[in-house]
Amino acid sequence: MITIERVSKRFGKTAAVDDVSLDIPAGDSVALWGTNGAGKTTLIRCVLGLLRFRGRVRVGGFDVRTRGKPARRLIGYVPQELGFYDDLGVAAAVRYFARLRAVDGVEVEKVLASVGLEGHGGKRIRELSGGMKQRLALGIALLGDPPVLVLDEVTASLDACGREAFIALLSGLAGSGKSLLFASHRVDEVTALARRVVLLEKGRVTGEVSPQDLGVRLGAQTVLHITLHDRVRGRAIDVLRARGFPARLNGVGVLVPVPAVQKVAPLRILAEERIDIEDFELLGASTHEEHRP
Amino acid sequence: MTTITAGLSSGMRLRVPTLSANVLSVALRELREAVRSRWFLLYTLGFAALGLGVSYASSASAGGAGLSGFGRTTAGLVNLVLLVVPLMALTAGAGTIASDRERGMLVYLLSQPVSRLEVLLGKYVGLGAALLACICLGLGSCAGILAWKGDATRPLSMVWLAGLSFGLALGMLSVGMLASVLARKASVAVGTAIFLWLALVFVSDLALMAGTMALKLRIEELLAMALVNPLQVFKMWSLHAIDSSLDVLGPAGLYAVDEYGGRLHLIFGACLMAWVVAPLALAAAVFSRRAPV
Repeated sequence: MITIERVSKRFGKTAAVDDVSLDIPAGDSVALWGTNGAGKTTLIRCVLGLLRFRGRVRVGGFDVRTRGKPARRLIGYVPQELGFYDDLGVAAAVRYFARLRAVDGVEVEKVLASVGLEGHGGKRIRELSGGMKQRLALGIALLGDPPVLVLDEVTASLDACGREAFIALLSGLAGSGKSLLFASHRVDEVTALARRVVLLEKGRVTGEVSPQDLGVRLGAQTVLHITLHDRVRGRAIDVLRARGFPARLNGVGVLVPVPAVQKVAPLRILAEERIDIEDFELLGASTHEEHRP
Repeated sequence: MTTITAGLSSGMRLRVPTLSANVLSVALRELREAVRSRWFLLYTLGFAALGLGVSYASSASAGGAGLSGFGRTTAGLVNLVLLVVPLMALTAGAGTIASDRERGMLVYLLSQPVSRLEVLLGKYVGLGAALLACICLGLGSCAGILAWKGDATRPLSMVWLAGLSFGLALGMLSVGMLASVLARKASVAVGTAIFLWLALVFVSDLALMAGTMALKLRIEELLAMALVNPLQVFKMWSLHAIDSSLDVLGPAGLYAVDEYGGRLHLIFGACLMAWVVAPLALAAAVFSRRAPV
């Protein structure tokens, strides 16, 4: 469905994407994985035909440079943050993009309900939370039932609850026969949505792994569950995050994904900060937590 | 309307919007946005208030001198249009693309099945319609109140004035949009637009006078130089259309009428049309090559 052939894009002397080739058949789901600056967003913008580049990208057989409109009609795109007129009403936005996508007779409430935004049609976009804006962007992306979804770090600006809910929404779509191409920083997102993970580094493809192998490759095999008194949980999370551990609240404790060789480090940090630990346990192998490459 | 079936599951068809449909959609969105914005309200109210002030002052100084009074009113309104309409059109055009780019809206809009030319034309048509409404409301309220007060009005003169003001507005809108596609930031684009306005309104008049004195320009050279400035073209065309005479412009005006006579309408029309088409075509060429971020 998407064919990327030897695509290169330079910004001045910097090669943002360097000779990347990739084939995404119908129904496949591919994650682009890499650090900031690896070229994920640039590659996505090339696929959308938003940038001039060397090489060729075809979507459903349409060259995005010469037949950009039909190619983009096949794509539903969700950006990291919805950038649109904040004063525009939610229902008006849906109708506007339906017209741009040549979708007749759109039932706004049905579109909104499909992404969990029922009853919000009368609001203005600026009144929506970050998670709701992303849901609206997804609803707009799905207008006219495009066979391809392109997502650019769509959960990056969401909190943990919003992220989980949004991933649940997307995972339903991943199995519905749509082709998915998405950029992500997060193991949980990749595990839930991808069948293949393409590793990008400095604009080049450095490998391809399965989502399960990604966790092993990153060493993110262990999750530490630390039980703490509720008075100190918030502070513990702040301290751990400040030291680079993506801790998050979970029931009576704090979940901390850790590399296998650093299991004791979070406990030591909390002890140094004189935060009393009531209990802890290792939850074993997991790729369901947040990790940055 | 093109229909896509390639690459889709059997029986599935997707429609691709036409150029006219997309231009209309973007234009309506832009018009609504402009009408709801503060600049439209302020410019319209300011334009109408100043127009009424000019009308009353001219009418009073003519001592109720009937049509000759209206001739003075028209001359006053021409000068008002020369100041207000270019500023309004230049800043409206300059703010549009650059502002969308800065807020990330342009990337999202262009990720839809819409071409850059459609976006540019849509914005142009929408803003042009907003400017037309502003001019009609401003000049219409002047004419309406003058007629209600029993002062003499020439409906045809007002129609000419409104039409030529709209032509001038379209030319300045093209220039503003060119500034907008060239600038990375909205503030730079609007600053450039204001600088251009100052240059066209004040500097070019001074340069023309200085050139005449210093270079001892011949009368035909003086006319040719005046025709380069769209504001001068508007002024000469308005006076010629309303009074069939350019006596008030001195020797250059007399020369123009004697030399070209009835062809002056064509010459003025071609000059103003060039200011509409050339900057817009250049803006389209630049916009098609520049990244939307």
